Amino acid sequence: MRIKSFYREILLSLIAIALSGVGFANAETKVGFVYVGPIGDHGWTYRHDVGRLAVEKALGAKVKTTFVESVKEGPDSERVIRQLAATGHKVIFTTSFGFMNPTLKVAKKFPDVKFEHATGYKQSKNVATFSGRFYEGRYIAGVIAGKISKTNKIGYVASFPIPEVVRGINAFLLGARSVNPDMSINVVWVNTWYDPGKEGDAAKALIDQGADIITQHTDSPAPLQVAENRGVKGFGQASDMIKFAPKAQLSAIIDDWDSYYVERTKAAIDGSWNSQDVWLGLKEGMVKMAPYTNMPNDVVALAQKTEDAIRDGSLHPFSGPIKDQSGKIVVEAGKVADSGMLLGMNFYVEGVQGSLPK
Amino acid sequence: MSLIPQFIPKFVLETRVEVSNKWVILSPIIAIILTLFSGIIIFSLMGKDPLLALYTFFIQPVTTLFGVTELLVKATPLVLIGVGLAIGFKANVWNIGAEGQFTMGAIFGGGAALLCNNIESYLVLPFVLLLGILGGAFWGAIPAFFKTRFNANEILTSLMLSYIAVLFLSYLVHGPWRDPGGFNFPESQLFSDYAMLPVLVENSRLNLGSVFAILVVLLGWILIARSIIGFQLRVVGLAPAAAHYAGFKHSGLVWLSFTISGGLAGLAGIAEVSGPIGQLLPSVSPGYGFTAIIVAFLGRLHPVGVLFASLVMALSYIGGENAQIEIGLPAAVTGLFQGVLLFFLLACDVLVRYRIKSSSFISGKRS
Repeated sequence: MRIKSFYREILLSLIAIALSGVGFANAETKVGFVYVGPIGDHGWTYRHDVGRLAVEKALGAKVKTTFVESVKEGPDSERVIRQLAATGHKVIFTTSFGFMNPTLKVAKKFPDVKFEHATGYKQSKNVATFSGRFYEGRYIAGVIAGKISKTNKIGYVASFPIPEVVRGINAFLLGARSVNPDMSINVVWVNTWYDPGKEGDAAKALIDQGADIITQHTDSPAPLQVAENRGVKGFGQASDMIKFAPKAQLSAIIDDWDSYYVERTKAAIDGSWNSQDVWLGLKEGMVKMAPYTNMPNDVVALAQKTEDAIRDGSLHPFSGPIKDQSGKIVVEAGKVADSGMLLGMNFYVEGVQGSLPK
Repeated sequence: MSLIPQFIPKFVLETRVEVSNKWVILSPIIAIILTLFSGIIIFSLMGKDPLLALYTFFIQPVTTLFGVTELLVKATPLVLIGVGLAIGFKANVWNIGAEGQFTMGAIFGGGAALLCNNIESYLVLPFVLLLGILGGAFWGAIPAFFKTRFNANEILTSLMLSYIAVLFLSYLVHGPWRDPGGFNFPESQLFSDYAMLPVLVENSRLNLGSVFAILVVLLGWILIARSIIGFQLRVVGLAPAAAHYAGFKHSGLVWLSFTISGGLAGLAGIAEVSGPIGQLLPSVSPGYGFTAIIVAFLGRLHPVGVLFASLVMALSYIGGENAQIEIGLPAAVTGLFQGVLLFFLLACDVLVRYRIKSSSFISGKRS
């Protein structure tokens, strides 16, 4: 009996395999996601996965989503992307900068598949790019920090010196200095997107150097947890991290991919999809702020006012006059930084300590 | 008086007088089979059909020609590095820094490729490959120098040099070698076609690098098994005193091991950037230099064994990705599998070399 049922099981699995291999014709569209970190990072990748679930919720039986997590940037990612394309996924979201060239290479071989690459700058007929104007949130966080800090020192845990991260550092300090010209930033580069141990150690070192505000451009809540333990304040990154730091989190810059993912998947299904390059912010809802907590009411009001001003366009975080570290004016008074400068930002504004690794 | 109840027998390991050659070869195979059985248990506990899971993990990835080429692409750097490391490990020369030598090979060779980016000549590729090998050998020679000159522990020096190489590459692509047309993103320009390894199977990424890997397996086997140098390496490893008595120069073998393993790691590095990657990136290796250490031991420090071990290891990575795509297994299962495999391999090794004895039967008295 036992042996018989064992054989039956083998037979059934083989049939199942055969069926899945054939890929029975059905109406559902397969949507693939490639993540650089684990879905449990509570930051960047976690928010992309929330976006994936939003697609499932909004489109229900019309879609089937697949994800591959912790994919290394480089040749491994090309294989994963290609594997998704080859197994019938019609829309593929690749959610890290390092997936750019692999995405383009695979896209060339699969012209019928739509690719969406986050934070890149190269597009093609079937590769669109998208990113959020996270610097808008950074500016608001800076304004709050400028009001709250007593030591006038911000500790910034940074990942890699790419324009996106440098832009965040500068926006944060410009915001802080708009309310307190004595503010300065110390940066520690951890050369990783996700390594809670390293991120936490960097935060500790920054607090030891006198920083009483901790912020980070890495993907785990570790720096914020350190802030909580050491009794200083901090910000959540990519998602609301208030659960990890109920006393320390002032706010969080939330990435919200939900509506973009739903909209683009719909477009791919109904045939209206086209290649594009979008960079959306507070106004479009791709960037959101978590509730303003652990701060006096007047600071909450100021933060809200800043947020509203950025949303309605009356305030641009990179408005002149902006000076670089040497004191040279790079954006003149009355002007705002052009998109070329924003996209390729590779200098620190005045007040950032140390030099930018090059 | 011991607090341990008297009826629990104590076990001790006793060295076997003779180690069976048959079992030395069979133990990795048994370890793999045991791993598969553990896999069935793990998958069942996760609520997945275990047979379907094993199929998607280990068989489905190689059911297409493209899948096979991808397996070879993934295994190639592991083979190249693993054979080099095996040669050194045979002589008890512990090169733990292949990751750095790999990266240095990518830097030297990649630098040559960028330098020749406007030259349209078939001589570019050999030049690029040669510099890659030299870069790796040079980075391997540094710990050899410190070992032979100052008797510095090569495990530490080679490991720490890895981090220097990786950070040096990061510096280059963030600074002087950054693509001028790339919005300041840390990547070099794409290499020209003349600096790229030719692709062997159309529409795949299988390239000449895999042919090098096969050649290296053959040459490595000849070196270890059929040459005087190989004999010396083995004697130094098995019986250092005898080697000394026979007049084998230890320092010469340290240099030889490090330059060979460094050069091969360098070749793997340049084959990776001139192959599947096609440019220099802040990081060019997902840890091949370290994985190759596991591969060298899994392959019993034998070049042919290294070849098979690399294929098994590469399959476990690709299978893990495939299992995520097909049946939604989490990425952590890949690491779990590799860990279980190593555990069983080491456990089998222990049993091959030692026998378990219950001490309560050895002597009538207890301590």
